[in-house]
Amino acid sequence: MGSSNSSVNNIPNAQELMQETGFSAAHILRLHERFEFLDKHKCGQLRLVDRPTNQPQDFGAVQELALNPIGDSIISAFFSPGQETVDFASFVRILAHFRPTDRNQSRDGAQQEPANSSIRKLKFAFQMYDQDRDGKISRAELLQVLRAMLGIQVTEEQLQSIAERAIQEADLDRDDAISFDEFRKSLEKVDIDHKMSIRFLR
Amino acid sequence: RMEMGAKEKNQQLYKPYSKPPSSWQQEIQDLRGSASCLRSEPEFEMADIFYFCRRGVESIMDDEVTKCFSAQELESWNLLTRSNYNFRHISLRLTVLWGLGVLIRYGVLLPLRVTLAVTGISLLLVLTTLVGLLPNRELKFFLSEKVHLMCYRICVRALTAIITYHNRENKPKNGGICVANHTTPIDVIILANDGCYSMVGQVHGGLMGMIQRAMVRSSPHIWFERSEVKDRHLVAKRLGDHVADKTKQPILIFPEGTCINNTSVMMFKKGSFEIGCTVYPVAIKYDPRFGDAFWNSSKFGMVNYLLRMMSSWAIVCSVWYLPPMNREEGEDAVQFANRVKAAIAAQGGLVDLIWDGGLKRAKVKDAFKEEQQKLYSKVLVGEQDQGDQSTNANGSVCLFQPFVYRPKS
Repeated sequence: MGSSNSSVNNIPNAQELMQETGFSAAHILRLHERFEFLDKHKCGQLRLVDRPTNQPQDFGAVQELALNPIGDSIISAFFSPGQETVDFASFVRILAHFRPTDRNQSRDGAQQEPANSSIRKLKFAFQMYDQDRDGKISRAELLQVLRAMLGIQVTEEQLQSIAERAIQEADLDRDDAISFDEFRKSLEKVDIDHKMSIRFLR
Repeated sequence: RMEMGAKEKNQQLYKPYSKPPSSWQQEIQDLRGSASCLRSEPEFEMADIFYFCRRGVESIMDDEVTKCFSAQELESWNLLTRSNYNFRHISLRLTVLWGLGVLIRYGVLLPLRVTLAVTGISLLLVLTTLVGLLPNRELKFFLSEKVHLMCYRICVRALTAIITYHNRENKPKNGGICVANHTTPIDVIILANDGCYSMVGQVHGGLMGMIQRAMVRSSPHIWFERSEVKDRHLVAKRLGDHVADKTKQPILIFPEGTCINNTSVMMFKKGSFEIGCTVYPVAIKYDPRFGDAFWNSSKFGMVNYLLRMMSSWAIVCSVWYLPPMNREEGEDAVQFANRVKAAIAAQGGLVDLIWDGGLKRAKVKDAFKEEQQKLYSKVLVGEQDQGDQSTNANGSVCLFQPFVYRPKS
């Protein structure tokens, strides 16, 4: 805030990010503002956990996220496996998944999959279930997510039966786990673009 | 039943930010309707995770709690540097205009206002002490009222506050409590300009402390020591005693407990609603184009804030006196507080939030997370016992609208 104009030029790699993700300059500015808000220690990186207490560090400033049953999974999605920090570019790339799909995007074979395509959105959702990132949602992982969403409101048996039903419906090759393809098939009829897109500007 | 109202009133000044609950409910219905229209009973679906993902990312982008504690963004610039967020250099003419504005504001308006403020405060100190010395009770009350009103009017001029009072027939009467939404300490001056209230607050040191001591000599204000504030029974007792005495002025309380940025109303603390007397709600809405009245106490100290106020163009606000409310049969303090809050939000065109203003400084409690889980489980497993509503802590939080429950066939 203040009289100095913040322009996109002050943000490193802004042009490349815009190209890669399809965000406009206004979006990048807004995202940068948000990144700086979250980056309380002003070190240019967001951190995953506060080492001594193991509480979510920088993302913890977002109160609403603490309430979200899968809040922790969403936070981990920003961090590559093994990494504990995320810089602005990666922050933007992950959020790019939620940009509304461009209707009239022309796709030629050479062009890379855009960040906000349906497949990418699906992959993000899949990651919420598949915590250990092994490409399959095991029964245990599904139970874990269900437990997070429902808390103590349901009994163990109810939870098991819900999970059982879900796996039965989706698991086509009967390996007791849901792979990404099975996940995708079970969600064929869902309008993913609409459900996994958010508005970035006010 | 938990409910979240994001009421949006169509005010030309205020642009609604939050999505209304009806659209969320629609969203959720769409989400479930597409795949499960054939089934009669609600079931868990893999797609349900989308909703949570989306809400999570949306809150990363922009969360309601933080929004309440930063100054409201303007649609067009009002020539004040401090409200200049994203605006760029547009033309030389605009910069010249701005420079002229700075000269006028700091060279002409500010000195005038400071003089007035100093006059007002000194008069308040001196006259209230004098009136306090009078032995005759009737005369004391009469004069004290006049003195207070006069000094507040001077202070209002000192800030160049242009106030429009609506529905003055609903003005708070003796023996009641006046509650209002809190944006700035100036709220007090704005309300006291039109009527005499008993203030409630902590004892301060320094200039504020002097003013407090002077005021209490001529009329009954309720100042608490810092240690007494924690003792809720003591607080309730003193308030109760004051209200029971019908000759005493109405008490002025800001139940949010902290300054909010005047785009929304946060949770009302139930303390003042437990006393059991008539509550007179008041809604205060500031026009942000002339000067942003919100006091961001983590950013600015009091003196800094006053300087900024006095060097804005003006403080334009509207005050609505709402009809008095009483606690109904079978309504507990929390529900009553929420009802009053909803009325104030509706009148002032503010968003009615259920978040606790204390989140400015503290973190969310785990109990609230449980509420979310309760809601989601209601859909899947069915409405089990409604009876556990009364055990809510201060105010209930509902982040997600309850799913529409479709009963098993």
